[in-house]
Amino acid sequence: MKAIEVKDLTRKFGDFTAVDHISFDVSKGEIFGFLGANGAGKTTAMRMLCGLLKPSSGEGRVAGFDINLQSEEIKKNIGYMSQKFSLYNDLTARENILFYGGLYDIPYKELKIKSERLLDRLGLGPYANKLLRDYPLGWKQKLAFSVAIQHQPMIVFLDEPTGGVDPITRRQFWDMIYESAEGGLTVFVTTHYMDEAEYCHRVCIMVDGRIAAMDTPQSLKKKYESQNMDEVFRKLARGAVRSPDVPGRGKR
Amino acid sequence: MIKMWLIVRKELALVFRQPAILRMMILMPLMQLILLPLAADYEVKNINLQVIDQDHSSYSRSLTQKLGASPYFKLVEANGDPAMARRNLEQNKADLTLNIPAGFEKDLIRESETALSIEADAVNGNKASLGCAYASQIIGDFNREVREKLMQLPRFNDFPVIEVRSSFWYNPFIKYPLFMVPGILALLVTMVGGLMAALNIVQEKEIGTIEQLNVSPLRRYQFLMGKLIPFWFLGMVSVTLGLIVGYLVYGIVPRGSLLTIYFFSAVYLIGALGVGLLLSTLVDNQMQATLFAFFIIMFFVLMGGLYTPIDSMPRWAQILSSFNPVTYFIRVLRFIVIKGSGISDLLVELRSMLLFGIVLNVLAVMNYRKRSA
Repeated sequence: MKAIEVKDLTRKFGDFTAVDHISFDVSKGEIFGFLGANGAGKTTAMRMLCGLLKPSSGEGRVAGFDINLQSEEIKKNIGYMSQKFSLYNDLTARENILFYGGLYDIPYKELKIKSERLLDRLGLGPYANKLLRDYPLGWKQKLAFSVAIQHQPMIVFLDEPTGGVDPITRRQFWDMIYESAEGGLTVFVTTHYMDEAEYCHRVCIMVDGRIAAMDTPQSLKKKYESQNMDEVFRKLARGAVRSPDVPGRGKR
Repeated sequence: MIKMWLIVRKELALVFRQPAILRMMILMPLMQLILLPLAADYEVKNINLQVIDQDHSSYSRSLTQKLGASPYFKLVEANGDPAMARRNLEQNKADLTLNIPAGFEKDLIRESETALSIEADAVNGNKASLGCAYASQIIGDFNREVREKLMQLPRFNDFPVIEVRSSFWYNPFIKYPLFMVPGILALLVTMVGGLMAALNIVQEKEIGTIEQLNVSPLRRYQFLMGKLIPFWFLGMVSVTLGLIVGYLVYGIVPRGSLLTIYFFSAVYLIGALGVGLLLSTLVDNQMQATLFAFFIIMFFVLMGGLYTPIDSMPRWAQILSSFNPVTYFIRVLRFIVIKGSGISDLLVELRSMLLFGIVLNVLAVMNYRKRSA
């Protein structure tokens, strides 16, 4: 079974087609990068896969469950980290871990032990009782990722997880992603940092709601005779109709 | 169940960590409860009355004196000049003008019949109509005195006389705070519960944490009940604070039992919170929620019988007000506090409150979407 299978997935907002008949699949344990300019439809596509948005048409399965009919089943098997920081700033790190862990039916005793282990691993032990609003952004993002996968989901969806984070923290963040993928976690990540695209096993480049290219970073660079992913992206996005300056309507 | 309590615990932690909100929820209602009943006093006193006496007789003077002696009126000088009287009325120096025509005394004695006229500034309709009523009553008294004096009534009256003596039950001295405090308390509890719950959920929409909940297996009712319970608790706290203020500031001791008050508050809050929860599912941000709430609260206040008695509203308005949950709670609180009613006297209201609670919350759960269409 594939972790994600999608066929002709489409989403319209009025006359505007945010996502236009996209099809792809993602294997287990794969780090799958979803690339595109602002407004290309990345977030809209991801929200449909997570059961946050109803598809207009098309079908797909996530973790083996139908995205049209079994969105609540899907939710038990995925983790999600949005581009908006979504932990509670007025709770402490420990409280956030326990709260979100509790939502996934992790037994309290187990959760308690795991949360302490997690805090230690992130080096947050001494700060565990501090409100999150006092944390630096990089720490928050790492904590948010750990919280998103603490219930050991089959797939984790990361929507521009490293926005606004410094390069060193970004690197550490990707180390965490690699580590988790080695443990069998499937990672579906959207980004517009092209250097991050190099870290993915396979990338899919979205232009104007359609898939413009999909392959490993190496093959794409070869195919488009480019030095790096940035160049590949520029060549593909040159023909884009939707200007990156127009606020993405898919961002809702 | 466990997940519901997770939300409750989180919510309480968040509320107590946001001192601004806590302050607003406790201090503002208390201030309002202390100030509003004092200000919202319908009793009309100090009506400025001017008398244009064109008769200058002993009768006209004694009538003027009698009016001036009443606690309702304050005499304003007009020097018997109609033009000045008109000016006074226009400049808000006078509310009421009594014209005593020339020949008043003569007609009264000789013809046994005479006429007076009253002009009232009806910009404040309430003041005008009460002023006229008070003045007519005093003139009526005066009339009877005159007749007694002139006719030398026999010891046993030939005319049957009906004298009306009114006594006010339950609130013998018509103390306004006794009437207003329960009403305002009902409204405050509604706002603390309903509005705060709505704003709280909408805030989660704005900061994006609600998405993290929507992408989890948390069920809709678990989420909404998890929000309802903490605000229900805070609502009960504000009932308690309100009762304490009522006692300390106005010396109001509910005639009915406290248990009855808490019982009805508990039931009512479920409905009030239902309004808030439903509202939160209909709007996207706190601005919309506030705007929406503003209109709802206007409806609650004006159609809830807080100021205007529902019995004197037109039929259609009475029907509308029966769809206003606050109506029932105001009535119930007044009945318990002033009259000492028990649960068995208020079964109709209890049924309506329960119905509101169930319908509004079911609608809220149905209308809450974990996945947007």
